Amino acid sequence: MANPPSFYETPAPPGLKGIKAWLLTHDHKRLGLMYLWAILFWFVIALCVGFLLRIELATMGPTIMSARVYNSAFTLHGVIMIFLFIIPAIPAIFGNFFLPIQLGTDDVFFPRLNLLSWYLYMLGGMLAIVSLFSSGGFPDTGWTFYVPFSVGTKHNVPMTVFAAFILGMSSMLTGLNFITTVHRKRDPKMGWMQIPLFTWSLYATAWVQLLATPVISITLLLVIVERVFQVGLFDPAKGGDPILYQHLFWMYSHPAVYVMILPGMGVISEVIPTFSRKAIFGYKAIVVSSMGIAIAGSLVWAHHMYTSGMSDTAVFVFSLLTFLVAIPTAVKVFSWVSTLYKASIEMTPPLLLSLVFIYLFSVGGLTGLVLGAAGPDIHVHDTHFVVAHFHFTMFGGTGFAFFAALHYWWPKMFGILYNFRVAYIATTLTTVGFMFHYVPMFILGLQGMPRRYYDYLPQYAQGNMLAAVGGVLLFFGVMLMLANLMLSFRQRKTASANPWGGCTLEWTVPSPPPLHNFVTEPVIKDYPYDFSDVIAQIETEAKVEQGKPD
Amino acid sequence: MKENEQHILSYKTLALVLAALLVLTGLTIGVSYVHMGILNVPIALAIASTKVSFVLLYFMHLKFEGRAIKISFLCTICFLAIMISFTFWDVAYR
Repeated sequence: MANPPSFYETPAPPGLKGIKAWLLTHDHKRLGLMYLWAILFWFVIALCVGFLLRIELATMGPTIMSARVYNSAFTLHGVIMIFLFIIPAIPAIFGNFFLPIQLGTDDVFFPRLNLLSWYLYMLGGMLAIVSLFSSGGFPDTGWTFYVPFSVGTKHNVPMTVFAAFILGMSSMLTGLNFITTVHRKRDPKMGWMQIPLFTWSLYATAWVQLLATPVISITLLLVIVERVFQVGLFDPAKGGDPILYQHLFWMYSHPAVYVMILPGMGVISEVIPTFSRKAIFGYKAIVVSSMGIAIAGSLVWAHHMYTSGMSDTAVFVFSLLTFLVAIPTAVKVFSWVSTLYKASIEMTPPLLLSLVFIYLFSVGGLTGLVLGAAGPDIHVHDTHFVVAHFHFTMFGGTGFAFFAALHYWWPKMFGILYNFRVAYIATTLTTVGFMFHYVPMFILGLQGMPRRYYDYLPQYAQGNMLAAVGGVLLFFGVMLMLANLMLSFRQRKTASANPWGGCTLEWTVPSPPPLHNFVTEPVIKDYPYDFSDVIAQIETEAKVEQGKPD
Repeated sequence: MKENEQHILSYKTLALVLAALLVLTGLTIGVSYVHMGILNVPIALAIASTKVSFVLLYFMHLKFEGRAIKISFLCTICFLAIMISFTFWDVAYR
């Protein structure tokens, strides 16, 4: 049977043509791709800013920018990477594209709301750009907008903060859409324990997005109120409490870390079993750990504040809670590794990226325990150790999971395959660059080099130079990876419906999928990671190749 | 289906809720002049929570919604309660 026309050839709503078919679309797949290009744009911008920051720090004293520009540059890097890349990346792109398909349905529950989310995302991004060039220039506060500095600085904090507020609304609406879709639109035959793990991770994430984002939204508005109306909410000079700001900020921004990492873990939970040709180890444990991370991760925010002047009792309680989050996280890591044990592993770029993820994320998680313990944290707080730790979790973790997702679902989204050899080279270059870039930062941090400083003492020169070399390798590695994916559009190597031998529902539909996703009624398996059909097909193909069919 | 049903509240009910809100607002102002030590904040919060409950139940029709909406709402209340109470690990022991 010939494949039906793909969603590229079928606008939704019908009758729209050209750019309108994209800008007014209700189709979750088109919206996923619109997010893809917008998010990749921001990612490349922030990557370039990060690259320039590292060049600046390569040698002592001024290298390529002034201290004032440096302060705005690291704020810009943080704001873009956090609010415009890591938080939306996996849910908005791959969640939008694949959540409905994995649930056996044709779209999200609120398609128009989905389009509104995209417009809010674009509006937030545009406001961030405008604030770069408006009076005062981009904030120099760091992405955390800590008071009283963010209240007192002459830079244009209100507009950037408002941009983050708008982006928060976009994130909330996406979360609301996903929760509703999982509850109300999944295939009636699909029980809770038949939902693929990527969708489970998005569901857990969506609850955090929905519950925690309003806290930051209100907090950021309060910063604007304090600046504009001179109300003493956070500024101690006016009778406010600056630690209250930190509580409110981290009430969202720590759970936001799990908004960033949980979908990444979901991606890994899809990639590992597919290339192991084996049911994932501990499906239910992974489901429970996703929800466990979402809940426990929302209760640990004040571990960012041990040195802020908070009470010792709070330090003790939040340190204890922080260590509890390690348990569900470790459950996932052990489950992935156990899945690989005695598996029939087929190495591909997404699997290699996933393996790198497991390693880098584990290092990031374990160094988090150093920061979560109240004693050692006093020594390394606000040093380069923290910078290295969160880049290991956010870039080594979510970033590499994002790359793995790109390589895993690229054939499904576009119907084409990329060059594997270049993908391996780019992954290796990125990983080696990553290690050279961030491992020296751990050492610099332990030696006492503070974060966000424009200049440093001579004893930190060697480590910074090494980190700069790693930064260059990392930068070119990522660029090569993206270029390889872009070149696949020129090479047009057609991908089949199931090029990897995956067994979740997205691999049962054509590549790229038709408008309503399913040509025939989806078959819901008792267990979503049952590879018996895939293995049987591989064995049949092998026999045919050997010339002895059954 | 329950979520498709329309609930039109009578003017009498709405007026009673409005009156209750006005009385509670007066009470909030009244108790702010009375010093009750450690009970100051809990009492103010209790009155405010009662007012919020009236608004949610009647003006926002939560009383007539299905189970899923009610559970979702209770989740947000629990989340808020945890966030506020955990902050007191700091504020109460500073």
